[in-house]
Amino acid sequence: MGRLEGSHILHGHKGRVWNVAWHPEGHLLASCGEDKTIRIWGRDGQKWVCKTCLSDGHSRTIRAVSWSACGKFLASASFDGTTSVWTYTKGDYDCIMSLEGHENEVKSSAWSHSGQYFATCGRDKTVWVWEVAEDNEYECAAVLFNHAQDVKKVAWQPDGTEWVQCANLTSHTSTVWSIAFNGSGDRMASSSDDLTVKIWQEYPPGNAQGIETPDNIPAWKCVCTLSGYHSRTVYDISWCPLSGRIATACGDDKIRVFQESPESDHDAPTFELEGTADGHTQDVNAVAWNPKEVGLLASASDDGTVRLWCAK
Amino acid sequence: MSCACACASGPSTDSQEVPARGCCQDEIKPSATKSGCCQENSDGKFDSKGIYELIRNIMDPEHPLTLEALNVVNQADVKVYNEREVMVLFTPTIPHCSMATMIGLAIRVRLLRTLPPTFKVTVRISPGTHVSEHPINKQLADKERVAAAMENRNLLAVIEQCLTFEEDSDIHYDKPASCGNPDGISATTSISGS
Repeated sequence: MGRLEGSHILHGHKGRVWNVAWHPEGHLLASCGEDKTIRIWGRDGQKWVCKTCLSDGHSRTIRAVSWSACGKFLASASFDGTTSVWTYTKGDYDCIMSLEGHENEVKSSAWSHSGQYFATCGRDKTVWVWEVAEDNEYECAAVLFNHAQDVKKVAWQPDGTEWVQCANLTSHTSTVWSIAFNGSGDRMASSSDDLTVKIWQEYPPGNAQGIETPDNIPAWKCVCTLSGYHSRTVYDISWCPLSGRIATACGDDKIRVFQESPESDHDAPTFELEGTADGHTQDVNAVAWNPKEVGLLASASDDGTVRLWCAK
Repeated sequence: MSCACACASGPSTDSQEVPARGCCQDEIKPSATKSGCCQENSDGKFDSKGIYELIRNIMDPEHPLTLEALNVVNQADVKVYNEREVMVLFTPTIPHCSMATMIGLAIRVRLLRTLPPTFKVTVRISPGTHVSEHPINKQLADKERVAAAMENRNLLAVIEQCLTFEEDSDIHYDKPASCGNPDGISATTSISGS
């Protein structure tokens, strides 16, 4: 059985920290929260220090941060209805773009892995897909109205080159707070207020299992439900592309790590709880695996701290 | 608004504590209402009586009556678990009550401001007492929606009205005689502007 040990506690934010995101090279961590700031943390010897604090970008809570795959850009999504794009030039971060359009709070944003597309979502029930032109101009390519309610999170499939609505996945019985693809993009995990985590699997056209794919669009099926582990809302989920571990952020103040069982059946996989971490004193709102360092996990909490953990 | 906490950190040790509530956290939280703060019992713990004390005098957004007087809340529907979790069920006066979400939000905000931040609070509509029970419960359980709502000045003003307690008043709001006909109440009192 693995263990999850706390390695660092990062103080600085005032009030709730909503989200954390690792730079694709793994050496920087961005965090954001209700204090309307973005903090960027980096190593300084054995310690982690706050390298930058961006405080003028938004007029309300910053709900989420995300990096582009190339690492040159950082996005921040805010309750003020805007999404800002930042870039690091000449020793400082500049806001190069402020995307407007959502009618109210923006809750999540993400670049596609090619960097060609950028998506935002929010309480107005829409997902906006922006096309990124060569001169860093963002043009709205589409506004998607498929959701009936508040959209909490957007994420791009790792190898996706085009976006098309391929599935409406229904199974959770309450708010779905977060989703995460695995490293290869053929599986996705979702976390919910219904206290469960569900694992979804992609079945492309012509699949060996005989799953139907109308219009030649890949089908997605729920292949596993993890229940009985979380006693409160599961706010976030992260799937490590290096180790395959799944980490969850829960309203019971704990972080849990799951790993697929060795004898797991591909079409009916089983996952085991590998470890639970105590430390945060309030709800954990976000978890993120470092994309380069195996076992390094970051978390954000209502207790105002960002924490780093080591999964052994 | 300076913060004494260091922004750097070393490896965590047992002695490294999360900043105490008086440090970073209070600057964002709205100030406690004048009706007083935590209602701990003599053991220093919160029980259903103490927590009920915190919410029974919340004013209805439409009528000049407390939630207790309207029978919207009662002590039996406040349950404390594990000394740090509380579930409050409230009963809207009528199944189509348009103020149900507002009342639930007022209860949540009141408890958010008065209970320790480590307390887990759940506010729900008493089962079967409202037509939109499920979506309202979902919204009240959605802390992101609650947080965003509390940043809305207009909405916050209405909530503050509900949380303004008549401490000096001698008036005790007895339960209305026509308890079984809540519509009679709304017909005679003016509804405050939205």
